[in-house]
Amino acid sequence: MTAQEVRLCGLLLQEHFGEVVERIGTHLLRGGAQNLRTIANETNTPLDLVKKSLCVLVQHGACEFGSGRRGPGSPVEYRASCERVLRVLRYPRYIYTAKTLYGDTGELIVEEVLQRGHMTMSNTVKTVADRLTHNMEEGRSMEYSEVVSAFSKLVETHFLQRCPPVAEMGTAATSTNPATPGTPAASASTAPPTAESNPDCYKLPHVTLIGRGKRRRSSDDSEEQRGGKKAKMDSESCGDEGIYWQVNFERFHQHFRDQAIISAVASKLDQTSSEIVRTMLRMSEVTTTQTAAYTQPLSANEIFRSLPPNYSISRPILDQYLSLLVDDPMEFVGKSGDSGGGMYVVNLQRALANLARATLESVVQERFGSRSARIFRLLLRKRHLEQKQVEDFAMIPAKEAKDMLYTLLSENLVQLQEIPKTPDHAPSRTFYLYTVNQLPTARLLLQHCYKTVANLIERRLFETKENKRLLEKSQRIEAILASLQASGAEPEQLTEVEEMITAPERQQLEALRHHINKLDSTENQVDETVFLLESYIFSTKTK
Amino acid sequence: MRSLSASYLTNAFSNRLIPMAGRGRGRGRGQMTFNLEDVGIGRGDSLPPTTFKPSPLFPPMPVQPVPLQTGEEVEYMLALKQELRAATKTLPFYIRRAAPKRDVDRYSDKYQSGEPKDSTIEWSPDWSRLPKELCIKVRENRGKRPTPQVKRTKKPLVGKEEILIKLETLEKKEEAVNSEEEQDEEKKKTNEEEEQADEEDYEEDFEEDTDYIMSYFDNGEEFGGDSDDNMDEATY
Repeated sequence: MTAQEVRLCGLLLQEHFGEVVERIGTHLLRGGAQNLRTIANETNTPLDLVKKSLCVLVQHGACEFGSGRRGPGSPVEYRASCERVLRVLRYPRYIYTAKTLYGDTGELIVEEVLQRGHMTMSNTVKTVADRLTHNMEEGRSMEYSEVVSAFSKLVETHFLQRCPPVAEMGTAATSTNPATPGTPAASASTAPPTAESNPDCYKLPHVTLIGRGKRRRSSDDSEEQRGGKKAKMDSESCGDEGIYWQVNFERFHQHFRDQAIISAVASKLDQTSSEIVRTMLRMSEVTTTQTAAYTQPLSANEIFRSLPPNYSISRPILDQYLSLLVDDPMEFVGKSGDSGGGMYVVNLQRALANLARATLESVVQERFGSRSARIFRLLLRKRHLEQKQVEDFAMIPAKEAKDMLYTLLSENLVQLQEIPKTPDHAPSRTFYLYTVNQLPTARLLLQHCYKTVANLIERRLFETKENKRLLEKSQRIEAILASLQASGAEPEQLTEVEEMITAPERQQLEALRHHINKLDSTENQVDETVFLLESYIFSTKTK
Repeated sequence: MRSLSASYLTNAFSNRLIPMAGRGRGRGRGQMTFNLEDVGIGRGDSLPPTTFKPSPLFPPMPVQPVPLQTGEEVEYMLALKQELRAATKTLPFYIRRAAPKRDVDRYSDKYQSGEPKDSTIEWSPDWSRLPKELCIKVRENRGKRPTPQVKRTKKPLVGKEEILIKLETLEKKEEAVNSEEEQDEEKKKTNEEEEQADEEDYEEDFEEDTDYIMSYFDNGEEFGGDSDDNMDEATY
């Protein structure tokens, strides 16, 4: 929990849940596990507000609770999760991915579940059907069955999962965790169960939802009444109380990672090789665990059979492509055996490392110029080099090379390593070597990215605050215009209202909108870099 | 193996740190415990000036950053992000502090309860998934279920029947008010959420159980106190 991460989490919490939740959240993130009274006292917040904030945080999975340190009798302790809060930054990307994979229905399902933290299946289906009906033209409405089928597709491909059951607190005799039926009190002291530990994690509940989406109309009241009564009846008859569904972020991350690898192959080699890699990754979607270093071996025969039908390449050409991929220095694909026409794996870990390395190199290039980037790449490949050797290998004059090296050194992208010749470490008799360590540099860059996003959010808030008066005025005028149009006013009245905003104000508003769009768009794009670096660092942790 | 940092190097060359600066060989730079050439600083080279203050907050950029990506995907995600941000403000998860209490209790407090209160929660979570100490009263809205519906269906009726129906609904309202006051502060059913959602569709007039239309209701606070003196003027 670095300072930058906590700052960014605080800003995200403030934007989405308000200042009260932000105060409680940052306090938990900084202070570790605490109980209710401590939080209330240390943040000087009324107890009720603390309770509400904790409910919100737990609802969204940002906070977990467990029995206290002193055993089952002590008060409940709450722990906030920095990682989960940072996911909020990536919500648009998750929703867009769901849209590309499963259409508008899938998009709305994922959006609803993300906004509410976790929901039951029946609730989700009803809300999504209503929203879809609202967007359709008059007279048509959305069948529940279509939404249910989209929902089940999402669950089958593991994009949605059941929320883990809550462990019993205190000295309860029975454990609510179905995976471990035999351990009564011991479950209270173990770590909270993850979603994956539940064997029913991806099983749909047996509920039949029959009905259509309801259109919300302010004029047509009769449908509302019936709708209201019907909703009451439906919620009582649905049998899936207590089964909540949440978004499986890991699965989405797997998808993003695959996309990154495929696009890297496409830009380095060509479209056909990227299709081959895509096929290989698709075939090993379910057999590869989250933290695997490489996929399960696939034989060339299997790959040939599973290629998409519009990519009709012959068998020897496929073999050539595969050997090309294996020989490529990026090492995306490796050969693990010769049976079945050759067994091939996709090296996930190495691919991630190479992608992270490419990101680092491009950052150095954009900030310091291509010659500094050349020195950086040299040091990445050759590991340790003396000053003189750097100048020679990079083919850069001594003075400039020295300058660039020192700039990189002051930014901590390059480190100095001493190697003494004598035991007394005399400086005249010591080698000083320049080196680059990829993993610490990636961490450094990740922290820079968090700081960047936090700065972007702060700047956006500042811009909004500066022009608050103007924004409020324009909102009021829009509301007036809308109500006038709804009640059927003449065009003169409309233009009169529109002229209440003067031309320079309009320009100012336009510039403000442009700035805010730019800042928002930048946040989204920095988040892509954040994802890549986070995946790389995470893949190196689990050895 | 220790590794050196850049600041150590730059400070080492500053004359201020070495007390015997200027004496001995090498005018301009002091004697150092290691050979300068090894680190790469030749004999005649001049070093950049020592810094006396921290680096500026917005240093001038030597190169301009790469322009942002554009395209349909980027635009769509931007729109999504802004919509999400706007939507979260309206959800019950956005916790606002209750406005500080006004000095005197007012009649309108009973009917204008749109403000969030500290002691109630706006949505009903599944209490079985939360520790018991977090249990807090779920906010109930003051709208009554049966009365507005009855009013609606009987709207087109005119004359005697309407008056009879009105009397009936007033009776029901009174009952509902009584029953509500007798209710316990127990957990609410989950369908209350749906009821709340439906309720928002009703026009504002029917939200409170008064016959007054709320938008016309005037607290009387904004009315200036100084116009009592001169009653000759017409009131507008």
